[in-house]
Amino acid sequence: MPELLAREPAPLLWGLAGVLGVLTLGALAALVLPKLKPGKDYANLQQRVWSWWVMVALLAGALLAGWLAMTVLFALVSFLALKEFLSLAPMSREDRPLILVAYLTIPINYAFVLTWDYGMYLVFVPVYVFAAVPFLMACIGQTRGYLSRSSVFHFGVVTCVYALGYIPLLMRVHRSDAPQAGAAGLVFMLLFATEANDVLQYVCGKLLGRRKIMPKVSPNKTWEGFLGGWILTAGLIVLAAPHLTPLRGIGLWMVAILLPLAGFAGDVTMSAVKRDIGVKDTSHFIPGHGGVLDRLDSLIFTAPLYFHLTAFFALETY
Amino acid sequence: MSFPRVLFLTLIAKPLARILTGADVVGREHLPAKGPAIVVANHKSHVDTFLLLAIFPARTLRYVRPAAAADYFLKGRLMSWFSRNVIGIVPVERDKVGRDHDVLGPTRAALAEGAIIVVFPEGTRGAASDQMGRLKSGVARLAADIPEAPVVPVWIAGAGRVLPKGSGVPVPLNCSVNIGPALKWSGDRHAFMDEIRAALEKLSAEAPPLRWS
Repeated sequence: MPELLAREPAPLLWGLAGVLGVLTLGALAALVLPKLKPGKDYANLQQRVWSWWVMVALLAGALLAGWLAMTVLFALVSFLALKEFLSLAPMSREDRPLILVAYLTIPINYAFVLTWDYGMYLVFVPVYVFAAVPFLMACIGQTRGYLSRSSVFHFGVVTCVYALGYIPLLMRVHRSDAPQAGAAGLVFMLLFATEANDVLQYVCGKLLGRRKIMPKVSPNKTWEGFLGGWILTAGLIVLAAPHLTPLRGIGLWMVAILLPLAGFAGDVTMSAVKRDIGVKDTSHFIPGHGGVLDRLDSLIFTAPLYFHLTAFFALETY
Repeated sequence: MSFPRVLFLTLIAKPLARILTGADVVGREHLPAKGPAIVVANHKSHVDTFLLLAIFPARTLRYVRPAAAADYFLKGRLMSWFSRNVIGIVPVERDKVGRDHDVLGPTRAALAEGAIIVVFPEGTRGAASDQMGRLKSGVARLAADIPEAPVVPVWIAGAGRVLPKGSGVPVPLNCSVNIGPALKWSGDRHAFMDEIRAALEKLSAEAPPLRWS
């Protein structure tokens, strides 16, 4: 084990150690708080911390194991997310074959990651699935609410399958292209910045929040939380990304400024979907957090943006 | 029930239920930990039985036995073997309902031995978009005969989308299982059936909305 870890890039190990430290603090808080301030219900906090441990263990394992493990992990995550989305969306019994077709896009989409066919990856979902689903719907003879129903499928596949697939695609970057910490460092930076943004926006909102930013969609979100999270996450990226990624100069600043915005946009967009459907959480799959989509909402927006900015400014591979 | 059955249900049915249907459980603390007990649930799909077996912890699973129609589940040798040894059904010969035949005999005997019996009082699977069908009063007769058995109401939402009656291909979609506090035999069959119905309707209102038409 120590020999295996020694082969991993040092910045990545430091990053993972930092996350481990934060998680340990969280676990201590969940243990100590009920003793210090008894009376409140800490079950949610404890579940939340425990779930973080499981999620971080899975992601860290895949980061260390390499692109194949990451591809398998995210194919499964896509399946869980898409299932959650299709379960909440309005559907009917005649749509059942189309639901199966929507799931079928997962192995095909991720097959283009396995064969590393970047061009095909880019067009498969946005062009060909986009065309095939309405056609199949017409074949079944499903014309009631045709446009809105076919767009429900497209929304689900683009957000849950196409956007998330960029993460294993990023894991395929050559070591020479990201000498700082390899592909795993690139992906670690994305995951860490996205989750940090979620947490920092929440914490800033709790501490300073006054003015509501989107009262109709997310009544708990405030300008103070949004701006505080934005500034802190951008600072975090400017400090950490040079050690973990080849991002420098304008590319680095673009990622630092735009990634927190994309995270916020993803969060709010999924909130609007939940509001439309009339649920608070997309499911109870992750104890203390809600559904898979509740946890992934910001990543769905940050992953493609981070991929394209990094590819444009700093990578030879793509 | 036998050890291989519990092993199969724990290692295969449970993870499958979690991955393919989410199997969200609300009110897990109301699940009976030992028999005799009666679990009453609404019925839309074969997935209902599968879900109810999947939500029990392994140590309780050996007591759990679904009461199921003999005319359907004991048809053919393979089906019959699977029903008895894997699902662990207690046969109900619903086609022999009449004065001379005690249809509930095997179920009552299983309860007396300490089983947790799963009953679908609608008697058959309804359409996914429908609410509940008419409830048959067999469950009240069981409760009257074995009054120490608590009756636990369970509402399953979404199973009718995964595998509706008449379809052979399951489609993975999330299901939720809402479990309510146990009811005690009240002494009157009609009043007790009304109580069960009201408990199930209350749970159905708490379940996440299904936008299924």
